[in-house]
Amino acid sequence: MSLDVTAVLPDRTAWTQRHLLDLESLTAEEITLILDTADHFKEITDGCRKKLTALSGYTCCNLFFENSTRTRTSFSLAARRLGADTVEFSSSGSSLSKGETFIDTAKNLEAMNVDLMVVRHSTPGTPHLLAQHVDCSVISAGDGPHEHPTQGLLDILTIRQHRGDLAGLTVALVGDIAHSRTARSNIWGLKKLGAHVIVCGPSTLVSERWSDVGVEVANNLDEILPRCDVLNLLRIQFERQITRPFPSVREYALLYAMNSQRMRLAKDDILITAPGPINRGVEITSDVADGPHSVILDQVTNGLAIRMAVLWLVGGGENLNG
Amino acid sequence: MKTSSLLIRNGRVVDPSQDLDVTADLLIEDGRVAGIGEDLGDAHTSLDAGGLLVVPGLIDLHVQLREPGFEEDETIESGTSAALAGGYTTIACLPNTDPPIDTQAGVEFVLHQAQRANHCNVFVLAAVSKGCEGEQLAEIGSLVAAGAIGFTDATLPIHNAELMRHALQYCRMFDRPILNRPEVLELTRRGIMHEGLISTLLGLPGMPIESEDVMTSRDVRLAEATGGHVHLMSLSSLGSIDLVRRAKARDVAVTADISPAHISFDDEELRSFDANFKLNPPLRSANHVQECIEGLLDGTIDCIASAHAPRASEKNMLELDKAPFGAVGLETALATVISRLVEPGHLSWLEAIAKLSTNPAQVLGLESKGSLALGADADVTLIDAQLDWVVNPLRFRSKSANTPFAGCQLRGQAVATIVGGEIRWTSPDRMLEMRDASDLTTP
Repeated sequence: MSLDVTAVLPDRTAWTQRHLLDLESLTAEEITLILDTADHFKEITDGCRKKLTALSGYTCCNLFFENSTRTRTSFSLAARRLGADTVEFSSSGSSLSKGETFIDTAKNLEAMNVDLMVVRHSTPGTPHLLAQHVDCSVISAGDGPHEHPTQGLLDILTIRQHRGDLAGLTVALVGDIAHSRTARSNIWGLKKLGAHVIVCGPSTLVSERWSDVGVEVANNLDEILPRCDVLNLLRIQFERQITRPFPSVREYALLYAMNSQRMRLAKDDILITAPGPINRGVEITSDVADGPHSVILDQVTNGLAIRMAVLWLVGGGENLNG
Repeated sequence: MKTSSLLIRNGRVVDPSQDLDVTADLLIEDGRVAGIGEDLGDAHTSLDAGGLLVVPGLIDLHVQLREPGFEEDETIESGTSAALAGGYTTIACLPNTDPPIDTQAGVEFVLHQAQRANHCNVFVLAAVSKGCEGEQLAEIGSLVAAGAIGFTDATLPIHNAELMRHALQYCRMFDRPILNRPEVLELTRRGIMHEGLISTLLGLPGMPIESEDVMTSRDVRLAEATGGHVHLMSLSSLGSIDLVRRAKARDVAVTADISPAHISFDDEELRSFDANFKLNPPLRSANHVQECIEGLLDGTIDCIASAHAPRASEKNMLELDKAPFGAVGLETALATVISRLVEPGHLSWLEAIAKLSTNPAQVLGLESKGSLALGADADVTLIDAQLDWVVNPLRFRSKSANTPFAGCQLRGQAVATIVGGEIRWTSPDRMLEMRDASDLTTP
């Protein structure tokens, strides 16, 4: 099928991965390839044409063992924009509640000729285990506090669109690093592309161990703020904490919330990102979230482009150029 | 010549209880050791042990047999059969069954099933607390009368310090040890792996070493104060080993074991997210693994125990947080000790066998076991220390295959396991030359 596509997509033969499970195992070249591809898809879909046929005939299954609105919608939409059929599966009301193991569930779905599985799960490593047991491609949509590769990619894409090269930039991830999959994907992706990464938050939520892999560890936001080119404000993951590792939300906001007062300490061109859903008044105040430095909504748009790029690369569908 | 006699000829006899390491014959009569030396006379059956080690039968003081209640994982029949294949002539089983072994009837059931299976000797470690719930003492006196050899709440730490203190005091009356898994549960709740760099990178909930160190410290102090004997199961941390080392220097009645997995692997293995590496205590980082070996060398750690924890395969096909802790170990423990401790020169054969047989016998108070002295129970293991093999869980005699050693090349294997003078198991991997007296008299 010939397509009315003017943009030229990057060479996909450079992509050799069957799955996308995390960013830790990708090379800088592979990450750049995804970003470049996403840029092209964004160009195509921002134009007149919203629907492509690159994955026409493919079936993409959204296997969500944990609630999600934005990521799930984003993946669904990305798959449909590439012409794929989508199947939605959620754990509530499924065979899982009847005692079936998640591997059996996935194998049953695969037996219905699914080509791609997008998996969200609350336990780290579940996409990796799944990838060992099924023949189709597995894309992680977040595994517990481990990684959320497409979120990391879309955060990085957003920064790249505003700042160009990532190398030499100082990016601070602020908040609940311990329980954040977004933080881990950002750390690997940013480091591989040459950025300096700072993790900042209360000492109970930011492990000193991060310095072992070349990440700067900080507890005082005001001290690091003047050096930062980008802030990524992470949500406090109350649902993953057993006993609350800080005294109160009020105290947290006092120490770490990005507000207009703190903005005065920041560089004039600082970029504020947040993976969302944002808790207004906790990690970010409304004036900052809706202010000129915030690129939070760009991130959402970029999420779609990143997921199209990932589905296309991993799915190995029809080459748009050919 | 007695009809129930067995002569094991020309083996390298290693017996730590007599500090003996010689090439000699071993004569067994009526289920007891009748002599070590040369020209011991004829026996009804004779066995050529040239090139093999002849050692007191291996003793494992930390085995889960899972029956009653969890027969999908293991039965007393399959577990004791696995023990024989691993060279064990005696095992002590934990009470974490359903119902837990906290009554005389429970103890007698296990002993009865073991007798029926007729594989290796089985001794019961009964529950310290009723239902292993950590609240009230079980009827320890009655359990001793039924044959319980020691007391433990199995994989559940005795978290109530007062209960632990009472248990140590009370068990002194019966001269039985309390076996505890030192762990402060508040620090390990929801934990999946060792807390460290790898858990930070993987986002997996960590189990900090302080959990083990703090509880070890408590147990050592309580043992010291009460004069009771505490045996710490599956030590894994630098700090806890150091605490035990110092306690021993003060003559506190504390003993300890570690599992072969903890000297073979570190927390890097969890990068595979493979549930077979999900152990409790968790596989630690390399510096702790090194200290475990040090602890074995200097005698701080008395025993090596398999920590055999069979789990049916469907339980390990779950997400890492839902998969159970533990791994089978009976059929790989000896080979691991040979490959990782004896071959690299960490332990001599005398030291290795002491930790696999003589010391566990002492911890459990089994006076006629763990030794090849004249009159000792004729529990003997013959080992081919040169046999290389690759671990294939499908070949296990255990019902379960959850092992971190799958595919590992190991050296050394038990080739014959003799219980009470009877050859109960011979390895299919190495033929033994055996002759009956009747063959000899045939013209």
